[in-house]
Amino acid sequence: MALVLTDEQELLKDTAREFVQERSPVTRLRALRDEQDETGFGRDLWKEMGELGWTGILLPEEVGGSDLGYAELGVLLEELGRTLVPEPFLSTVVLGAGAISLAGSDAQKAALLPGIASGERVMALALQERGRFAPYDVSTKAEATGSGFRVTGEKRFVLDGHVADDLLVVARTSGSAGERDGLTLFLVDPASDSVRVTRTIMVDSRNAARVQLDGVEIDAAQVVGQVDRAADVLDPLLDRATIALSAELFGTLSEAYERTLEYLKTREQFGVKIGTFQALKHRAANLFCEVELCKSIVMEALRAIDEGRPNVAQLASAAKARVSDTAALVGCDAAQIFAGIGMTDEEEIGFFLKRARAAEITFGDAATRPTTGTASRRSPATERSPTPGPRERRLRRPRRESAAAGRVPG
Amino acid sequence: MGDLDAFRAETREWLEENCPESMRLPMKSEDEAVWGGRDAVYANPDSKAWLDRMGAQGWTTPTWPAEYGGGGLSKEEARVLAEELRRIQARPALTSFGISMLGPVLLEYGTEEQKQEHIPKIVRGEIRWCQGYSEPGSGSDLASLQTKAELDGDEYLVNGSKIWTSYADQADWIFCLVRTERDASKHDGISFLLFDMALPGVTISPIKLISGSSPFCQTFFTDVRVPAQNLIGKRGGGWTIAKALLQHERSMIAGMGSGIGSGGGRARSMPDIAKDYVGRDGGSDGDRIGDPTIRDRVAQQELDALCFALTTRRSLDSAKAGQGPGHGASMFKLYGTELNKRRCELMMSILGADALGWEGEGFNDYELATTRQWLRSKGNSIEGGTSEVQLNVIAKRVLGLPD
Repeated sequence: MALVLTDEQELLKDTAREFVQERSPVTRLRALRDEQDETGFGRDLWKEMGELGWTGILLPEEVGGSDLGYAELGVLLEELGRTLVPEPFLSTVVLGAGAISLAGSDAQKAALLPGIASGERVMALALQERGRFAPYDVSTKAEATGSGFRVTGEKRFVLDGHVADDLLVVARTSGSAGERDGLTLFLVDPASDSVRVTRTIMVDSRNAARVQLDGVEIDAAQVVGQVDRAADVLDPLLDRATIALSAELFGTLSEAYERTLEYLKTREQFGVKIGTFQALKHRAANLFCEVELCKSIVMEALRAIDEGRPNVAQLASAAKARVSDTAALVGCDAAQIFAGIGMTDEEEIGFFLKRARAAEITFGDAATRPTTGTASRRSPATERSPTPGPRERRLRRPRRESAAAGRVPG
Repeated sequence: MGDLDAFRAETREWLEENCPESMRLPMKSEDEAVWGGRDAVYANPDSKAWLDRMGAQGWTTPTWPAEYGGGGLSKEEARVLAEELRRIQARPALTSFGISMLGPVLLEYGTEEQKQEHIPKIVRGEIRWCQGYSEPGSGSDLASLQTKAELDGDEYLVNGSKIWTSYADQADWIFCLVRTERDASKHDGISFLLFDMALPGVTISPIKLISGSSPFCQTFFTDVRVPAQNLIGKRGGGWTIAKALLQHERSMIAGMGSGIGSGGGRARSMPDIAKDYVGRDGGSDGDRIGDPTIRDRVAQQELDALCFALTTRRSLDSAKAGQGPGHGASMFKLYGTELNKRRCELMMSILGADALGWEGEGFNDYELATTRQWLRSKGNSIEGGTSEVQLNVIAKRVLGLPD
């Protein structure tokens, strides 16, 4: 696939940009934060995203999905990243629906996927237990009982965990922390006894939770995929989620970069626009190059998933490392160029700085994603092969509603 | 698609018959590159056969019009040809400033007579060109150039000096920026003139560089008489042509050292070279570069190179989809040359003291070449407009930052 958007994708981009700028500008995230909103997102907006075909963008038509690919998902996420939309896209659309699509039974698919496609259901993956991202570093235990398993342990940084209708919990059925084998994926009802979900307030004002599992009883039918073989699902799932998050982060850093550029053209010191200073021009021109390079690797990685290429794992690491480094660079330069104003909570650039760092760390930043000579852990995806070729546009146009428009970048 | 498939089959067959086996092996040194010209030297007789055959097809310049000897291929066909050349790892038949710099602007700004006279000879590698741009007092501030061309009857009388004239000592002709209008403003007084380096009054003095080689010269012009019809475009309108040519030059330099457009066999990858020199770690992943610091730096370098190559591809894809001219040459020139400098520095670290040989016994060809390339690469971010000039161009032309 060419590294260029098709007409359909351009249309999706325009639609998404218009929608998020109208319905979820950065002022909305600020309000959710300041009002200490209990959910930290909007069920209504989530439902609307379902109606637009966005929450089911990767799902087949049988369950109400739009049956599009990661290239289209990336277009959407980039726009969501531009205004820091807090809806549970990554947790539900990419991780939740992704895991069920990859490994779920027919009954699990029938039970969960239609609700995701319609924007009614939220899912969360409870994997991480420590701060530094290492997917097999799982100590949470699942012991076999007569009819199923008993799960005990504690999960942290569960994205959208406190608003999830279903939790996907990774627990160890054999082996010890750090080993690839011996992990199993369970569907857990967060309302069940012995499950305690506590919201954690994060720097980026996005949603995450701590999940304590105190001997929760789980029926064997709630196992997703094969016992002891969850890594076969997690590997491709996390690769895709990493690429999807790279697309979102690319949107966030692009917006921060463009706002910085705009600031250079408007802010005056010494009686002239600060963008006339060569020291700042060169910073901006360097950022331009880095942002352009990021865009290329993100587009390539998204297309590699759609084409079922064997190097998706490497490209996931490459894209995430690259985008993380560039986000950090843009963050530093934006803070420097916005200077005193950028240090204030009132100026929105700080929201981008915070969100970018959180997204960098999620699934590992450049320091945790080496790209040479480490590609030995992979096994092929278990999913049906992707369907190449042009797709029909199945997304719907958003309803036009007037809402306070946010700041529109130049 | 059918036509393109047929073209691919024909091309493959033609190459199979016409590309000598030795032209499908990596070049041992830069000396084996073929530059053509009146005094061309061929290290290997196959090089001449390969050039003559490719030149006769017009495939040294695949997309140039057939009426001037070019290949007359569509962009799609040219891409197929490039793919087929790459498939057999063919060396470039001809490396030439006529192709990479002068030809495109001659096709755009030249008269019919000028094109008929010069383009076919560029295509076939019969005339070797050099570039007369920089002067001792005019580097980054190129438009301050002082070399004069005064009209005297139907001739221009050229006086002055050019510096950093690449391979002037081996070139047949020069494309030269000269000042024709004494009273015009800085940019409006410049014209674009072509002349034969064999004319009386031209003297050339090679400059020895830190890498030990002398690719650059200083050239001196004393009352050189150039026919007036050799002026390209409008008199006093040379700066526009100069800038257009710079775009082509920057694209060419951007590709240096990054493997793009270099052809001639497949070079070993940096990770493989690093494993040879640094060793492998004996862990479960056995085949990794032994030193973790070098491993990380190589990974970063490879990642940068991958992103750069993808961006080059994306720019071509955008152009093909009719979405504007892409990012301009400045970004590619800037990033490509800085990337190559970093690659050379890292290669020196990887080779260690094996990279410190200058000549003679004790070092293999690759090691000696690495040393010279490291030194040569320092010039990449200077020639064709420094990195700082490129940053200025991006800030102004692409980002629209105020002056």
